[in-house]
Parts: sequence; C-alpha cells; structure tokens
Amino acid sequence: MSTKHGKHNTTFILFLLPALFAFSFVIVIPFLLGIYYSFTDWTAMTGTQVNWVGLDNYRIIFQDITFLHSFLATLSYAILNIFFINLVAFGLALLVTNKLKLVGLYRAAFFLPNLIGGIILGYIWQFIFNNAITAFGSASGLAFLEVTFLSNRNLALLAIVVVTTWQMAGYIMMIYVAAIQSAPVELLEASHIDGATYVQRLWHILLPLIAPAFTVSMFLTLVRSFQQFDVNFALTAGGPSGMFMGRALLTTEFLALNIFNTAFSFRELAQGQAKSVIFFLLLTVASLIQVYYNKRKELEM
Amino acid sequence: MNTKRKLIGLEILTFTIFLIYIIPFYIVAINSAKPTLDIIRDPLTFPENPAQLFANVQAILDSHVVRYVSSFTSSVIITTISVGLIVLISSMAAWVLVRTKTALSSVIFMVFVAAMVIPFQVVMFPLISWFHRVEVVTGLINTPFRLLQNYPGIILAYMGFGTSLSIFLFHGFIKSIPLELEEASTMDGCSKAVTFFRIIFPILKPITVTVMILNGIWIWNDYLLPFMVLGSGNQVQTLPLAVAHFVGSFVRRWDLILTATLMAMLPVIIVFLFLQKHIIKGMVEGSVKG
Repeated sequence: MSTKHGKHNTTFILFLLPALFAFSFVIVIPFLLGIYYSFTDWTAMTGTQVNWVGLDNYRIIFQDITFLHSFLATLSYAILNIFFINLVAFGLALLVTNKLKLVGLYRAAFFLPNLIGGIILGYIWQFIFNNAITAFGSASGLAFLEVTFLSNRNLALLAIVVVTTWQMAGYIMMIYVAAIQSAPVELLEASHIDGATYVQRLWHILLPLIAPAFTVSMFLTLVRSFQQFDVNFALTAGGPSGMFMGRALLTTEFLALNIFNTAFSFRELAQGQAKSVIFFLLLTVASLIQVYYNKRKELEM
Repeated sequence: MNTKRKLIGLEILTFTIFLIYIIPFYIVAINSAKPTLDIIRDPLTFPENPAQLFANVQAILDSHVVRYVSSFTSSVIITTISVGLIVLISSMAAWVLVRTKTALSSVIFMVFVAAMVIPFQVVMFPLISWFHRVEVVTGLINTPFRLLQNYPGIILAYMGFGTSLSIFLFHGFIKSIPLELEEASTMDGCSKAVTFFRIIFPILKPITVTVMILNGIWIWNDYLLPFMVLGSGNQVQTLPLAVAHFVGSFVRRWDLILTATLMAMLPVIIVFLFLQKHIIKGMVEGSVKG
C-alpha cells in the first residue's frame, strides 16, 4: 500500500467505504438529526413543518419530575447493580478457579443466563416474583413472601437488581476467572507459606494483581446498568406507581424507559429527543469518571 | 488431608449455588408442562401430566401472534446475514485503517471508537424517520427492498451499530500481524484484495470468532431495534418481538407465555452446548480487549 507517501489510494477508499457508509447512514446522520430535533417541535409526522424552538424542550424536561425521578432511580439501580454484579461475579470466580469436580458444569451454568435476552428473562422473572415466590410464601408460612415484591417500589427496584445480577454475573465472572488464572501463582503461594490468612492474601496480593479486570468489569456493568431497558420493560414496565415530590409516577421507570414512554405514550418526540441528549451526556461523563478513577486506583495498587 | 476436606466443602457450596442458579430454568420447564389452572394452583410442584408440554408447544406453534416457525426463520436470517456482513466490512475497514498511517485514517478510527458511547435512545427515533424519508424519496418503499418492516433496513441498521466495536477489535488484532507477510504477497504481484482475502483474513480467525459471538448474541436477543425498525405484529418479526407481542396481546396465560419463553431460549441453549468453549473464550477476549 502506498502508505510511504501518506496517500490514500483506491484500496483505502474501497475497503473503508462499506463500513463508513453503514456507520454514517445509521449512526452519524440520525445522531446529528437527533441533536437538531431536540431544539425543535419535531413530531416525526410526515408533511409537518419542523420549527426551531431553542431551549424550550430542555426547559420543560428540567422541570419534569418524572425525568428527575427516573434519573435518581437509574442511579440507585446502577450503583446497587455494579456492586452486586461484581461481588457475586468475583465470589463465583474464586469458587470456580478451584479444582472442583464439576467445574465445567458450574462455569457453563453461571454463564448461561447471559446468553438469553432481557425481554425473555424479564417475563420469566415476573412469573417467579408474582407466582412462584408468593406460592412458596404461602406454602412455607413465610408471610413476608406472600405479597409480590413487584408491588413495593423499593423491593421492585431490588427485584430488577436481582434479575440483572443473575443475568450478568456469570459473564463478569469469566473476566475475573481469566484474570485470576493469568496472575502469577508463585506470589500467591509464597504469601501462603508466609502464613498470611486467606482474606489477607485476597486483599493484598490477588486484588492488586487483577485490578485491570476490575476496571473492565466496572466499565461494562456501568454502561449496561445505565442503558438498562429490556428487563425493566418486561419485568416491572416501570411499576408500581407511587408518589414523588407530590406527583404520581412510575417508581421503577429508568431513563431509557422514561425516554421510550415520553415518545410513545405521550407522543412528545422532541422532548424525548432532548432527554436522550441529556442521557448521552450523563453516560459519557459517568464512563469517563469511572475509567479515570479506576485507572488511578490501578496505578496506586 | 485438610485441603482435601476443604475442596469437598467448596464442591458442596458451589453445587448448592449452582442449584439455586438454575431454579428459574427449572420453574420454566415444569410450568411449561402444565395447564393454566394447575399453574395458578401450584407453580412449584412437578407437573401431573408432563405430556401437557406437547400440547402447550403445539399451541405456540399454532399461534398466529407468535408465528414461531416464521419468527425463528426471520431471527436466523437477520442474525446470520448481519453478523456475516459486520465481519466482512469491519475487517476490511480495520485492515486499511491499521495499514494506512495518516491523520485522516487515525481520525476515522477515533470516530468509530467514540461512537460506542452513543446510547441507542439518541438515534432510534431520528433513525426511523430518516429511513422512512429515504425509502419514500428513492421509491424503495414500493419495492421488496423497502427499509422499514423489512430485512434490508434492519440488517443495514445492525451493520451500522455493529461496526464500532468490531472495527475496534479487528484493529487491535491486526496491529500485531507482521507487515512482512503482506509485503511478500505484494511482491508476488497479488492485488490488495487478493492479499487481504487470501492471506490476512484467514489469520484473523480467532478475533473473527469473537466478533461473530459478541454480535450474534446481541442481535439474536435484541428487542428495541427490531421493535423500532420492524414494528410490532408485522409480517417480519424476530423471536423476542414475537414473545413480547404475545405477552402484550393476552390476559396472562402463563402456561403459554412460559412455553413461548422456553421455545425462544432453546435454540440459544442448544447452540451454547455445542460451542461452549468458543463462546466463553470469545466473549472474555472481546471484553478484555474492549
């Protein structure tokens, strides 16, 4: 290739063109249109004129209590989810890196939920929470299980955390397994002989060694948590309803679902567009902070 | 002696967690083999007549909302063609982006990577109205190649959304391939295209597997994009769309809903059992590089 002269020959253009076309057609153009529409009264109806309205949509959504609540709900969910997924994943990884008899079966089973879509899992778990657990409650006499978790706003949020932790922990577990297996064994064994306890070895030797795996896992879980839609949609659909700052709203409606409902149920496409631009900015900032913070931790360790 | 006893303890602990982990699948399995009333009465016991499973499966196969065979076929068509094209266009693009060391080349690569943080919500509504405008202006809307509610549009959409991560993964892999390999074939007088498909593409196999698995799992299970592009209840629908539409259109018939979820999960589970090693390896390598 005539790279020596820094020229872009026909191969460069021809090989790049298909990907560049698909990418521009599907992402770049709609993305720019989307930002533009957030400053207009766009309705997506063919034949209607699109008028520039400046910051009106942004003004409305900043006074929208449902959007504020969705942000807070998504934030609580994301924090709990990141914590539990990584905790469970790391615990499972420690277990399945032992010389267990059925280790292949365990790994496959823990990984399996990750291969099934959030929509399907959401419906299955709706049945489990509404029917199976309540039936177990009546049969065993555990009264607190007789009422479905999905009818209580806090428990419903935790229910989503349970499902998505179950769904994603096996995947993150594999990342930790890969990291643990490539960690230098001599270091761990040496500290074992030194008489360090299990927890000491874990905390002072193993964790620093696999710090890069934590950065990757935290990033993946953060992005997935903030973007959560499928399980949210199929499991609770935002319910139950409740009060927040004097307004009735859907208590487990996360940001992605809130944007979806703004556009579909309320037919406010331009406002939905403005919300999604804010969502994009939030996600960018959150992932930058997280990567920066974890990278610093990696260096300190 | 002590370590042996410890291992047995760990085995029991892990096995217990394993049992808890698969309870949801067990609950789906036993209740897919019950008539409605039995599920309401007791969702926890083993079915009295396991053969009920066949009746439930038949009901789903006959359902005009699920249209299982047609939805399954559409899911297979959309997933395989999209994945195939993503692999092709991303590997080609990544190769020239690595081998052309210019400012423009770096900028294009950066734009592809940066686009990974764009959430789908920002583009989904403009995407549909843009697709619609294009098919109206070009006249495609009256042909079998129309974009919305049809294969070309959703496959093109997956190609666009799939390129960022795929180019990133191929790019990282190609950087480690020594240039001499290509130079030798160039001296033989091979054209660039021949060099790429004969020499480079076969070397990419490990990362190609990763790209196929990551994109395959995503596209097979995706809900929102098909919902937007294909719409609900139209001729072409994927399995997740079919199940969601089925759940939405009836009063909670859990016997049939659970059977439908079982039938939607089964293809994935079967493929997983055969390709376990590749899938796990591919997903982990993808995420560690990503």
